[in-house]
Parts: sequence; structure tokens; C-alpha cells
Amino acid sequence: MSVTGSTRALRDGARLNPWLAAWLAALVATLLVYQLRDAWPWAVRYPRAWNVPLSVWISDFMKWLINDFDLGLFTFKELTRSLSWLLDWPLVTAKGLLSSGFSFSSDPSASIVVERVSWVALIGVVAVMGYKAGNWRLALLVGGCFGYLAVFGQWDSAMVTLSSIVIAVPLGVALGLFVGIAGFRWRRFEAAITPILDLMQTVPVFAYLVPILFLFGFGPVAAMIATIIYATPPMVRVTMLALRQVPDEVVEFGRMAGCTSRQLLWKVQIPSAQPGLMVGVNQVIMLSLNMVIIASMIGAGGLGFDVLSSLRRLSIGQGLEAGIAITLLAIALDRLSQAFANRPPPEHRRQELSWAARHPYLLSALGILVVAWAIGLVWPAMHIYPETLEITTGAFWEELVEYINVNFFDELEAVKTWLLLHVLIPVKRFLLQLPWVAVIALLALAGFQLGGWRLALLVACLAGFIAVTGQWAKSMVTVYLCGLSVMFAALIGVPVGIWAARNERAHRVVQVVIDTLQTLPSFVYLIPVVMLFRVGDFSAMIAIVAYAVAPAVRYTDHGIRQVPPHLIEAARAMGCTRRQILWRVQIPLALPEIMLGINQTIMMALAMLVITALVGTRDLGQEVYIALTKADTGRGIVAGVSVAFIAIIADRLIAAWATRRKRELGLA
Amino acid sequence: MREDRRISKLAALAASGALVLGLALPASAGVESKDQLILTIHDWTGQYITTHIMGEVLQKAGYNVKYQQADYIAQFAGLESGDLHVAMEMWETTGKQAMEESLKTGKTLDLGETGLFAIEEWWYPAYMKEKCPGLPDWKALNDCAEAFSAPETAPKGRYLGGPVTWAGFDDERAEALGLEYEVVHAGTDAALFAELQSAYQRKAPFLGWVYAPHWAPIKFEGEWVEFPKYTEACYNDPKWGSNPDMAYDCGKPRGWIKKVGWKDGADKWPCAYEAVRNFKLDNDTMGNLIAEVDLEGRKVDEVVLQWIKENEGTWKSWIACSQ
Repeated sequence: MSVTGSTRALRDGARLNPWLAAWLAALVATLLVYQLRDAWPWAVRYPRAWNVPLSVWISDFMKWLINDFDLGLFTFKELTRSLSWLLDWPLVTAKGLLSSGFSFSSDPSASIVVERVSWVALIGVVAVMGYKAGNWRLALLVGGCFGYLAVFGQWDSAMVTLSSIVIAVPLGVALGLFVGIAGFRWRRFEAAITPILDLMQTVPVFAYLVPILFLFGFGPVAAMIATIIYATPPMVRVTMLALRQVPDEVVEFGRMAGCTSRQLLWKVQIPSAQPGLMVGVNQVIMLSLNMVIIASMIGAGGLGFDVLSSLRRLSIGQGLEAGIAITLLAIALDRLSQAFANRPPPEHRRQELSWAARHPYLLSALGILVVAWAIGLVWPAMHIYPETLEITTGAFWEELVEYINVNFFDELEAVKTWLLLHVLIPVKRFLLQLPWVAVIALLALAGFQLGGWRLALLVACLAGFIAVTGQWAKSMVTVYLCGLSVMFAALIGVPVGIWAARNERAHRVVQVVIDTLQTLPSFVYLIPVVMLFRVGDFSAMIAIVAYAVAPAVRYTDHGIRQVPPHLIEAARAMGCTRRQILWRVQIPLALPEIMLGINQTIMMALAMLVITALVGTRDLGQEVYIALTKADTGRGIVAGVSVAFIAIIADRLIAAWATRRKRELGLA
Repeated sequence: MREDRRISKLAALAASGALVLGLALPASAGVESKDQLILTIHDWTGQYITTHIMGEVLQKAGYNVKYQQADYIAQFAGLESGDLHVAMEMWETTGKQAMEESLKTGKTLDLGETGLFAIEEWWYPAYMKEKCPGLPDWKALNDCAEAFSAPETAPKGRYLGGPVTWAGFDDERAEALGLEYEVVHAGTDAALFAELQSAYQRKAPFLGWVYAPHWAPIKFEGEWVEFPKYTEACYNDPKWGSNPDMAYDCGKPRGWIKKVGWKDGADKWPCAYEAVRNFKLDNDTMGNLIAEVDLEGRKVDEVVLQWIKENEGTWKSWIACSQ
């Protein structure tokens, strides 16, 4: 606290602003508690003796659940194992079709009876799908994405990944749709699931991998279940929102036409909510592909495994090529699903047309499959892409990193050292010395100001949980790492977003860049970053900023574009310059939206924690990671829930602020 | 195990269906069970190679082998429940505690040593010897702390330790031996070797945790620091060694790499388990195989098949019981 700051505060306080007075009192109290740290050490550092052994209880409960919980006819574990046996079937089928072929025998040495779909055929089929859903440009894009997989030697792994994605995504979408519909129908159900959704989205995946492995066994099914848990919540939220946004007139019309409530839902509400629902589908696809790396750690194999194993060998180029394959799969699937959703409704044709004439695309896809299969019998290159034609750019990337490393390390090191000594380390020390009692009190005060006593109670309880379970110091390191990263992400993302909103060409370029940043596995750039900046908080921060900057850009761009045009017209009529319009009209009006973007940035930053634990941070992410490798269920869940609570505190405070501000601006 | 039975019943049904259709099944010399025998694979090349050599040998004997990725420590849950059957590499240096805990449950079996020998210790590249001529003796470390420092640790040296989960007691060691070094933990060995490679390219100072068998000590020229030799007393008894008040005033243990298996599997596939027990390789062979994969970029399967072809006598003796 600087002197000028407090005198200004005093001056304003003289104007009798009760909130300012309250904040001032709270800050003075904080300082007082800190000064009294020798008399009341418990108020600064949470005493170890007060820890509640929640993690032990959870581990014991888990053991009981797995070993002893009996539902009468069968045990709980038998139930979950049957479920995984059931889910294994579609997975095995998809894998046989795309990757391994079918041998109709459990013996892997048995000869394959039905071959998998060949690379030529699959590229042809997705191109036809692209043409059917969109136009030849989409066909070219989708075909090109899959072509990359073949040419760069990623085909085998990509098909393993694809076969689990094509099962996980529909399951996630269907599950999300049904839960969402239930939430839409019954308000009470919605109230019950909202906190669960919050936890599903913010608890790091590593925290629940161990119990999933115990319950569902090792293998691709467990990985798929983890993927579904992670990827489904946005679908539920979007479903509820989209169904609520269906205009009343449409629903009324459906009722007048005599729809039953089931018909009303499936024939009226869901079709008219479709554009909204597709946003959810897009999110499920993106998040499922985000999980590819983590899923490969527990046995999903495929591209994720390739990324991890090449980076362990420090084959940066190979890791990058496998990572780009994941990104291209995401792009192809996303554009295809978007195009299918946006297709104009089918025209009613005369029935005398033959079946073949009515289904030209299906027929040509089948044709491609048959022809490719037949040619494959005599010419194997049709079937398996010849290794001699594969290309790789691997060596180039390794040489590039080496060149930068050898020639520019000193400059990079200087920047890093300055930031470490003058920003990172002081902030970390400051946060670690804040009395926990005071932090909880300040959070509660902020909650009270922004959203009343209920919000105050909520944030105080969540912060209290973190202290009581003995996670305080690690949480403060988490807050420091994420807080600074979010700050840098905002400093970069908001100006870029503003630029993209005002310049159409920039908008297009920026879109591609942030799409790539979000789907390229962060591990791919984490290793070169470590080579240039060494193990430690700074490398972790770069990785977090790179991943979390996307929503800051997106929401700023969107927020500024959404400013009502008549307001800008009015400003222009009053003779404002472009700069004045930006600073006086667009930014203030877009601020609530920008803040929501920052909110998302915080969520993303917290989501990255577990990944950055892989380069040696000492925060809650590391705690979760240790728990995973030690297979300690309780420890992982307690640390994971603490991460989630930090996220929820930030989310609720920012959302409360944004709602209030929107109301003040007359936008809500 | 209800599902298992169900699966095998279905498999049998499918198999009999195939027979009816007149499709020939590969001849398998009377193995005890055609159920999938699951070997776990982790994420380092050496383990991938040992597991694939074992798997290949078992397949040649007619077993139905499946490879399953699983975490190094978390896999014990699967080995105890029978979801997983054999793990080929459990290192004394990193996995001893977890393995002993698991053996205590009585659901897993110690399947003996692999013949490989784990070495892990503080390591420096050869060019650092010019800046610190007293090495490899650990007593020279304090004189060279400045040479091994980074801006944020100076004047203390910087030692890059292994992942916290691979308990190495480096913080304790630095304190017990009075080393003027700050111990920084890499989250994964990938990050650790990334930093080593970066330093090596620039001939910059590096002191860190390196283990063998691994490609790094093959690719980079360097040496391990020589600490007072490890004894059990050193880790357990503070009075031992140069520091009378603290344990860990010595180097790290070097030790066996063992195989572990699901206990009931020994009754189900006695001969296969016998073969796993017989599996033996040495560090030189292993180092060469790892180098061929990681440094020369050959495919694991290719390297494994070549070994199988060239060492028929060796592996045939492992699986003698099936003939």
C-alpha cells in the first residue's frame, strides 16, 4: 500500500462513501493482524493441528465403496464394471472399423478377417460428407485435414484417437442433452445440478482419474469416461439456456397446433433451439480433443501417447506434428458438425425419384469404400499409406529451437530474470504472508458489496474449506501463479481483441491463432519453453498465458462488436473521433462482456495448473499430480476441490460485478 | 470377475463360429489359458522395450498378449485386482515403497530381478569439469557453487532434482551434507532432460538428476558425482556419516529393477509366469536398444524383432516350459 493511495482513500472517505470506509477499515485490520503475528501466529499461518483430515476420510470411503459396498444382488464395483463392459462394445467396434480391423477372435495373432477402412476411402468419405454438408471448399478443408494425417505418418495413431472420439462425443452430447432437458423442465433439478456442473468443470481431471481407474478398470473405457465427465457440462448448460431462449410465440404456436408435451419438446423446442445446441456440440468436441493427452496417460493410446513419448525423447518436431494432428482433427470435426447443423431444411421432393437419385451422397460414399477396398486387394498402397511417401518436418523444429537457444538465450534470460526478481518473487512473498483470517474476511466483504450476504457467506465458506483442509500455502501459490498469468493474458488479450473487433482481416487471422492455441496440446510448446526458460514458475506462466489468452481475446472482440450500432451512430453524430468512440462508448459498454472473458481466462488458467505441475510448480496442481502418481484418492480430490473453489470464488465475484454493471448501463 | 467370464464366453462363441465357417485358427501349443495376458507399459522407452521383448516371447509361445498403458505407481491397483497382470520394470530407486506396500496385500507377486541395474545420482556434463576440477568428488561441489548457479539462486548453486513423486531425498541430502545448493524439482523427467539438452547445446552449467538405463547418459558426455557410498544405515540412522544429526548424508542407492505380477495369474498361466521370472537382460544390451530407438529414431517394434531374431537361444531358454 502506497502512501498516496491511502491518502486518496482518506479523502474519498471524507465524502462519506460507506463502502470505501469499510474497505479501509478492513485493510487497517489486516495490517494490524500482520503486525501482531508474534502474538497471534495462528491468524497468519493456519495451524497444522487444526487440519481436518478430510482426505483420509475420502480415501477410506472410496475403499469401502470399491471393496464392500453391496447393493444386494451385486456389489457397486460389479455395477461399474458391467457398465464399462457395456461401453467397451461400441469402442471396440469403432476401433475395429477405423484402426485395427476385425479378426472375430480374442487372439491378436489371428488373421484379420475384415480390414479397416483404408486411408484413401476415409479421406474420400469425409470429403463427400463435407460436400454434402457445405460446399466444395469444406470438402477440400476436411479432406486436407485427413490428408495431413496420412502424409505425415500420423494415420494409425489418429485412427485410435478418432475411434474413441466418435464414441465419446455422441455419448457426451446425448447425456448432456437429456440432463439439460431435465434441468429445463424442473427448476429444482437445475438448482441441484448447477453446483455439480461447476465442480465437473473446475476440478482438475487428474483428481478423479484414480477413483475412475479403481471403478472402471484400466483401459480405454476409463479414459473415455473421464473424457465424458470433462466434456459434457457445457452441453448441459447450453441445452438449458438454448431451450429457455426459444421464443414464447413459437412454443405457443406449437401448443395451439395441438402438440403433446413430448411433441412440443422434440418437434418444436429442440429444432428451434438447434443453433444454440450446436454451440454445445462444438464445445464437447473441443473439450474431448483437449483430453486426448490426459486420456493417453491412463491407457487411451493414440495421438496423445505419441505427443507424450516424443517429447520425452525431446523430439520436439515429432511431438509438434502429432499435436497438430490433434488440432486438425478438432478443426475437421468441428467444421463438419457446424455445417451439418446449419444446412437448410430438406426440400420436399416428388417421390417417384428412385432411391439412388434421392441419396447421391450416401451412394458415392459407399462407392468409394467398395472401390478403394477392391483396389486395395491388388495394390496395398491403397490400403496402408506407404512409409516411403511419408514426410516429416521434425528436424527443422529441433534445429530452430537449438538456434534460438544458442543465439538468443542470454537476452531471454535477462528478461526472465528481471521479471522473476521484480514481479514474480515479490508477489509470491506478499501473498504467502497475508494472514488467512484477513483474506477470508476481505473476500467476504467483496462478496457482500457485490452480491449481498448470501454471496459473502458462500465465498467465506469456500475459502474456509481451503484453510481447514490444510491447503492454504499451496492455494496462495496457485493464486499467485494464476493471478499474474491472468493479468498478463488480459494485457495481451484485451488489446488484441479490440484490434480484431475493429479490423476484419485481423479478426480472421486472430481466430485461427486462438483456435490453434486452444486445441494444440500445451505439452507441445511446454518443452521448448522449458529449454529456453528452464524449469520453474516462469515457464509455467508462459504456458498458462498461451492457453488462457484465448477467451480474453474472444470475449473482447465479441463484446465490442455487440455494442448497439445506434449508440455508435449517435456518438458519431455528436462528432466523436474513432478514438473517442472506442474509449468513451465501445470499451465502457463492452466492459461487462470483457470481464466475463477475464472470468473464463481465470477458469482456463486454473485448468492449466495440472499441466504446469509437469514442469515443476509447487501449487495445488502439483498436489493433485502427486496424489495421482501415488494413487491417493482423498488427497487428489481435496486438492482438486480446492482448485475448484478458487475458481468458483473468482467466478461468483466477477459475475456479480458484471451483472450489476450491466444493469447500471441498461444492457441487461 | 463376472464380466471376464462373460467376455470369454463370447470369445468362445465367436471362435466356434469362426470354426464353423471353416476359418483356421493359428495353432497354439497347449498354453494354459487363451485369456488375454495383460502387460503394462509406461512412458519411458526402456520399459517399452523390455515389455515388448517379453510380450513377443510370450506370443511366440502361443499366449494371447495385450499391452496396456498404465501409470507407474497407479498400476498397483490394477495388478491387485487382476485388471493388469504383469509389470516388467519396478525400480528399487523409485518404486520400492509402493511395491512393498502392494506385496503386503498378498495380491501381487515379486517375479524377480530383470538383471538390469538402476543407477541414479547427481550428474554433470563433462565440460563442467574444467570449471570445477575437483569433481567428481562431492566435496568439490561447494567450491563450485557459483559456477553451478543461476541468477535466481546465486550465490548458491542450482541442482535440478527429479519429479517430487520419485522420492530422491535431495532436499535432505543437500542439507545433511551442507551443500550450498538450491534444489529445484522438475515436474517430469521430460522437463528435466529438456533443460539438460538446452544447457548442453550452449555448454552452460548444469547439475541435475540423471538415471540409467536411459538415453541421456549415452547421448551426453558426463559423470555422476561421487557421494559417500549408500548404506541402509545412512538413510535410517542420523548418527551415520559425516553429519551426526541428520540422515541422508550419502549418495543414492543403486539397485535392482524387478518384475511384478498379479498373484492369481501364477495359477492361471504358470508357464508364462515362469518365463517372466526367467527374463534377464543387462545394462549394456538395454542401453544399446534404447539408443537405437531414442537416438537413431528406429521403431520400437523393429528393434525388438531384431533382438528376438538375433538372440533366439536366450529367449527360448526363458520359455523352455512350453516346449
